[in-house]
Amino acid sequence: MKSGLITSIARSLMVARFKQTLVAAIGVTFSITMFVALLGFMNGLNIMLDSLVINRTPHIRLYNDIKPNPDQPVGRVQAFAGSYNIIRSLKPNASRESIYNNEAIMNTLRADKRVLGVAPKITSRVFFNVGATDMLGIVNGVDVEEENHLFRFSDYVTSGNFTDLKNVANSIILGKGAADRMLAEIGDVIQATTSQGNRVQLKVVGYFQSGLGELDNVQCYASIGTVQKMTGQPASYITDIQVKLHHLEMAPALAKEYGAVFGVDADDIQTVNAQFETGTGVRSMISYAVGITLLVVSGFGIYNILNMMIYEKMDTIAILKATGFSGGDVNRIFTTIAVSIGIVGGAAGILLGFLVCLGIERIPFETEALPTIKTFPVDFNPKYYAIAGVFSLVTTYFAGFFPARKASAVDPVDIIRGK
Amino acid sequence: MTMEQPPVLEAQGITKYFYSPEKTKVLKGVSFRVHRGEFVSVAGKSGCGKSTLLYILSTMDTDYEGKLLIEQQLVTGRRPDDLARIRNEKIGFVFQFHYLLNEFSVLENVMIPALKLGKLSREEIEHRAMEKLRIFDMHQHALKKANQLSGGQKQRVAITRALINDPLIIMGDEPTGNLDKKNSETVFNIFKELAGTFHQTMLVVTHDPEFAAGTDRTIVMEDGNIIDDLTNSNLP
Repeated sequence: MKSGLITSIARSLMVARFKQTLVAAIGVTFSITMFVALLGFMNGLNIMLDSLVINRTPHIRLYNDIKPNPDQPVGRVQAFAGSYNIIRSLKPNASRESIYNNEAIMNTLRADKRVLGVAPKITSRVFFNVGATDMLGIVNGVDVEEENHLFRFSDYVTSGNFTDLKNVANSIILGKGAADRMLAEIGDVIQATTSQGNRVQLKVVGYFQSGLGELDNVQCYASIGTVQKMTGQPASYITDIQVKLHHLEMAPALAKEYGAVFGVDADDIQTVNAQFETGTGVRSMISYAVGITLLVVSGFGIYNILNMMIYEKMDTIAILKATGFSGGDVNRIFTTIAVSIGIVGGAAGILLGFLVCLGIERIPFETEALPTIKTFPVDFNPKYYAIAGVFSLVTTYFAGFFPARKASAVDPVDIIRGK
Repeated sequence: MTMEQPPVLEAQGITKYFYSPEKTKVLKGVSFRVHRGEFVSVAGKSGCGKSTLLYILSTMDTDYEGKLLIEQQLVTGRRPDDLARIRNEKIGFVFQFHYLLNEFSVLENVMIPALKLGKLSREEIEHRAMEKLRIFDMHQHALKKANQLSGGQKQRVAITRALINDPLIIMGDEPTGNLDKKNSETVFNIFKELAGTFHQTMLVVTHDPEFAAGTDRTIVMEDGNIIDDLTNSNLP
């Protein structure tokens, strides 16, 4: 009942100053709209740019690194135990690149509930023989179906059909940059020399374009069988096991665990791609800063309008106090006005922001570098809408705080005697 | 005649200073009592401190020395929220200027103090407000906005508002000061009627000798002191 009275007085004051109230609410609406649109667009871009790398990168990669043996013979000599042994000109040993017992490892990983999927891979360096010149290339032998399932392989095969890699013998999908340089068209047969010296003929069945130019100049794909045949290795030869997890954040811990259990090197995505995380963080920070600045500016607008309203309504405040309204009641009236402006302006802003995001999402955005993107990417994460809602309430509350306090401190005697 | 009854309002040695432009003693230990049903006027020249005294008695001005008792309860030094409640429940105000809220209708203006008190339901308050408006022949204007009324009508609504919570005492600060002769008479007659028919306790500050002469008792002030306390013999 009492709060109803305060609300109805607040409403009457707002109706009496409808234009100013509207302007204040529009200020909030505008800033919330911009906040939502800016964050949605910025994070849409962030997610897209990150996914360029993250979609194509395994969360954990198991492989045998080429490095010197950490157990050198001198370490085993009892006489030198407890001494510092310094060995110069140490060379990596001829350890095998292939992962030992990889079939069993893959089966164990597939049974692990934390793992989304496992894809084997062979990386092999080759020279493409184009006329008189040789061009360096890296041929990735992949399990076509797993690769597509885990790393959206088909998204990046811009021409040709990726399943041909499995169905056509001795086939290859060339990086777009590499294909352009070789002037190789789909259906052409190209010649390559492997690092073992074998010459092979490969049929081009498609182009691959990741959006990262440097990668597309060298990266090519073939089936695992084709690469094993090219390099003259047996069917058990696998150099990499790529693991994708259900939760990206678990990668560092699990990489450590798998490295120890399987006795191989294990890299996690966070360590390998730390710079992407940083970039994303900085970009979101900037968009939050701009958004919050907009809100603070609209807060000053509300502050001004409320202050003006209080000067105009001194008589009203005085008589309310004379007839028994306490300072707290008057404070609540003006706080109610401020927060109502926040609620109405904020709700309209959230709605408008959503519409602006829908609009941005329809703007065509086509670029050579990003084959999978046709329109601007926008992130519709409800988190931004929630933050915008909370911030619109908080800023309007604080914008109303000082004027309301001033109103509650008005001395009715001063006003009434002044007449 | 009512001396054996406890006083409704009692001032004990009220002293007040003004600090700007320099420290001036405006009230010099004013003491008096108002009893139930009395219609008291405070008269005196402009600047004698009579309005200042009224605002102290009304609990709105708390910066004074001395004691103020309402219904024998000490009011001096109470918390602002308590004072607001006392004003809401026990005191009705009529000022020189009407102070109606232009955003609200006449009826709502009258209802607001009662809604604030919150003792009755909205329907009951509305009913009471209409009854009170009818006493002053203002009921046909109930749904008009306050700024659509004439000066005399506004003051009648302001008096109705002062009465809505059946206050212990009505305080007036030059209630006819802003009105022409005809409207002054109307308002004065209303006060007379309230005193005569409803035995409403009233304390009115006025510089109009005619108005003062029409009340039961006149307290005359000069330079912050009470110099005379007259019982007027009015023929009904």
